Amino acid sequence: MAVTGLLMLLFLIVHMLGNLKIFFGRTDFDHYAHWLRTIGNPVLHESWYLWIQRFVLVVAVVLHAVSAYQLSRRDLKARPTKYSHHQRAKAGYATHIMRYGGITLALFIVYHILDFTTLTLNRHGVDGAAYDNIVSSFSVWWVTAIYIAAMICLGLHIQHGFWSAAQTLGYNRPSRDRAFKGAATGLAVLLTVGFLIVPVSVLAGLVD
Amino acid sequence: MKLTLRIWRQAGPAEPGRMVAYEVPDANPDMSFLELLDVLNERLTLEGEDPVTFDHDCREGICGSCGVVINGQAHGPRALTTTCQLHVRSFSDGDVIDIEPWRSVAFGVLKDLMVDRSGLDRIIQAGGYISAPTGSAPEAHSTPVPKPIADSAFDNATCIGCGACVAACPNGSAMLFTSAKVAHLNSLPQGAPERASRVLNLVEAMDAEGFGGCTNTGECTNACPKGIPMDSIATLNREYLRASLGRK
Ligand code: HEM
Ligand code: SF4
Ligand code: FES
Repeated sequence: MAVTGLLMLLFLIVHMLGNLKIFFGRTDFDHYAHWLRTIGNPVLHESWYLWIQRFVLVVAVVLHAVSAYQLSRRDLKARPTKYSHHQRAKAGYATHIMRYGGITLALFIVYHILDFTTLTLNRHGVDGAAYDNIVSSFSVWWVTAIYIAAMICLGLHIQHGFWSAAQTLGYNRPSRDRAFKGAATGLAVLLTVGFLIVPVSVLAGLVD
Repeated sequence: MKLTLRIWRQAGPAEPGRMVAYEVPDANPDMSFLELLDVLNERLTLEGEDPVTFDHDCREGICGSCGVVINGQAHGPRALTTTCQLHVRSFSDGDVIDIEPWRSVAFGVLKDLMVDRSGLDRIIQAGGYISAPTGSAPEAHSTPVPKPIADSAFDNATCIGCGACVAACPNGSAMLFTSAKVAHLNSLPQGAPERASRVLNLVEAMDAEGFGGCTNTGECTNACPKGIPMDSIATLNREYLRASLGRK
């Protein structure tokens, strides 16, 4: 869970930063989107790097989801009886919502790929015209609403997940605990805000 | 003080159970929580009813046998306090108090509030020990231990094996209990010979007992009467990785 989670997190940071290139305008952004297909050239053939990255990410998502499923099944089996007096949880909302947030993210990932990779659901849907494809989706308020909801789930997932991974991998120590918790919250806010700037700017008419 | 106790009654391991309400009209605020149950039981006995079964021994917070869930909290509302060390004055006149046994598949209810915690003993048998010659105690200064390590080992050694961590964990995981043994024994020179096998065997025994997996919710630490910290769990994971990778 921890290794695949951190792998996805690394991708998301790069992905978020790349998205911000949209503020440099259509030409710059479309050029960037095209460049992504040429990474590794000429050692690798056109788009090969992209396919390798896609393969690694799919493996990460699948392994993460399978471990989450197995862990959840084991945990539900270990504690089938609830207390009749409701337990007052100490854990925060982010910790509490990991499973449902994770499932929401899985559904979102499918939707997101249909929107911008396969362009199946995209209103503009022109291959290579990344900028216009993005603007066409986020001009619709409920598409932006879906992205807002999903990115809040993402932020919560990372807020617990990053610190939890530091525990799982044994990196956490009393002297580092505050730093890891702070980094988790920092990363969560950075990614949520960083990703959401784009759809919100489009909807607000700042990018068109 | 007048209190209403709603207590889980269950005649035996395979019997169905239910919450039953009892009035205790004459509770003294200075009683311990277990004395409150004693007072109720004396009355039930006089009335010819079956007294409430609950585990207890030392009544001074060191044996770990007295745990019950009080109003949804393992060992009740006071932090760092076992059920036996909790006083009735922590409640108010007229309160309704729910008392339930630890809930976890690995802890079967034996009767009423008493559960079978022998799973924790089997974890200890798998690795919660060191190999040392018996007989006269060795000279303490012959094996120097740095003060911070001695302190942290001692803190982890204060675990009383009560099982509150398992009871509080939404996953029924015994990770905090097990990690306290690893953080205690693996950090000391006396525990070094079994450093790798200890953590592997402890985790294997923990899994075999049907405890759940840890998702770092932190409910265990919160409930623990001895304040065993979450970083003991990070230590267990670190030791486990080290042992699995075969590093000495
Ligand atoms: C496919 C969709 C996803 C599902 C179903 C899912 C589900 C889960 C579940 C159930 C857990 C463990 C629960 C817990 O610790 O309380 C978890 C942990 C975690 N997730 Fe996800 N998640 C998904 C996507 C992601 C993504 C996109 C990231 C990238 C940032 C991520 C990062 C993490 C991390 C770092 C952990 C902590 C691992 C650990 O404690 O060892 N997850 N996830
Ligand atoms: S770790 Fe704390 S809660 Fe768990 S058994 Fe030990 S003393 Fe009890
Ligand atoms: S009776 Fe021994 S710890 Fe409570």
